[in-house]
Amino acid sequence: MNQSKIEVKDLNLSIGNQHILKNINCKIPSRKITVILGSSGCGKSTLLKSMNRLTDLYPKVKISGDILLNNQGIFGKEVEVTDLRKKMGLMSQRPAPLPMSIFDNVAYGLRISGRKKKLQMKLRVEYYLKVVNLWDEVKDRLKAPASSLSIGQQQRLCLARGLAVDPELILADEPTSALDPLSSQVIEKKFMELKDSFTIVWVTHTLRQAKRMADHVIFMYLGEIIEQGPAEEFFNNPQHEITKNFLNGSFN
Amino acid sequence: MTALSLKRIYQDKLNTVVMIMALTLVITTPLIIFASLYTKSSMLFASDHSLWDLLFSSAWEPTKGKFGFLPFIISSIEITILSVIIAAPICFLVAIHLTQYAKHWFVKIMYPVTDILAGIPSVVYGVWGILVVVPLVSDVIAPFFGIQTTGYTLLTGAIVLSIMIIPFILNILIEILNTVPFELTEAGLSLGSTRWQVIKHIILKKAKPGIISAFGLGIARAFGETIAVLMVAGNVIKIPDGLFSASYPLPALIANNYGEMMSIPLYDSALMFGALILFVTIFLFNLVSRIVIYRLERSL
Repeated sequence: MNQSKIEVKDLNLSIGNQHILKNINCKIPSRKITVILGSSGCGKSTLLKSMNRLTDLYPKVKISGDILLNNQGIFGKEVEVTDLRKKMGLMSQRPAPLPMSIFDNVAYGLRISGRKKKLQMKLRVEYYLKVVNLWDEVKDRLKAPASSLSIGQQQRLCLARGLAVDPELILADEPTSALDPLSSQVIEKKFMELKDSFTIVWVTHTLRQAKRMADHVIFMYLGEIIEQGPAEEFFNNPQHEITKNFLNGSFN
Repeated sequence: MTALSLKRIYQDKLNTVVMIMALTLVITTPLIIFASLYTKSSMLFASDHSLWDLLFSSAWEPTKGKFGFLPFIISSIEITILSVIIAAPICFLVAIHLTQYAKHWFVKIMYPVTDILAGIPSVVYGVWGILVVVPLVSDVIAPFFGIQTTGYTLLTGAIVLSIMIIPFILNILIEILNTVPFELTEAGLSLGSTRWQVIKHIILKKAKPGIISAFGLGIARAFGETIAVLMVAGNVIKIPDGLFSASYPLPALIANNYGEMMSIPLYDSALMFGALILFVTIFLFNLVSRIVIYRLERSL
């Protein structure tokens, strides 16, 4: 049986009287990169953020349907939402370094979950900064504010910070959209390595990036999923008219 | 060149001139105020009063030419600090609630409420203070501590003052907390923080300089408030020796006495010197607060 990490069932989400996600049904396969593809405003970020219930924060939000993580519903009353969120590292469009030092940014997640041993902390921070290839660039200024880093470095720091709390998934919301091509490449490459150990959901509107990265594609249009499936099938043999138009660029 | 374009150029020039004039007026007003206060009060220095004596002597006997401002300065400082101590936690909690927890519709209701509170004339707060806070202090709070008082005290003034500065500080705090990017909240929550951990470790940290300057502006505001405080603070010339002692802040001194007893030599100069102290203090407080806000905005 195909292992799916996340399963979305009949998800509907509206904010006020705006119906943003319509009857979403999809599966996110384990330890693969699933790309949610679609043009701006189609609801792909909202779908991503409903997976770790950041959508709870939206004013006037209404949600029906269910999302299963490891076959367990995430909206149930017994679900501890902080635990749920910790299982999913988030990268946003623009890096959002916390207002503290480089070191503390990575250590933050460890600290709030109660780990306090100093040496262990140091080792872990170093480890995760190495994972994202940032260690050599920052090892001499770990105490400097995170905002002093370049934007590409900040994004890698945010990745290290997310990885440090030991998540099962990484939710990436167009994490390269604010970066220069070179920094984008670094991040993309990192994710290709990470997919062996993590389930990755990557939101993008860039077709070429989706082609480069996707194992599995979910294509959205105006709040609905039009088509989904393994990347090869999706790109080579699209079934739906809208998908075909999007893929050959005659899309508006 | 057509007549129309000539007219437009003319209008444009005229507009610029008028605007510059208006601007000049706004910029020079504080300078003019400072200059006139200084000129008037400098007569005190000319007649053998040292700055040290004026600021740190508590002998206020105008008829003998003694002008020690210490009781008024201490009264002002104490009443201001006390009012900010009362107002600060309230502003802080309300601002956090409104920006982080409250439902959208509730926030919408609260904005006009704070605006109304901020717009109520000072004298109305004074009357309300006499009607409500003075009896509250004399009949409830002071007896609780075993003290007898008329109710016209340092504490009364501070309570009324704190209620007046709450909407003012609150508005600035809300604005500052709203400038903290939402992505930071999302990032914090994704790392497994509770809502409160996000507020404590991330949002308040990011907003810290702004929060400090909000209270700075609040202090400056409280320091200069006149009528309401004058009506309830007691106005006895002595250094207050406790919460239930009467006090006499600087603005009340000036408002109560200017125009009276002007035959006493140098009396008006002394009052001008009081005004100068207020002016300089508030100016410095505002300046520092603005600098902090400016730095904050640049770093966001």
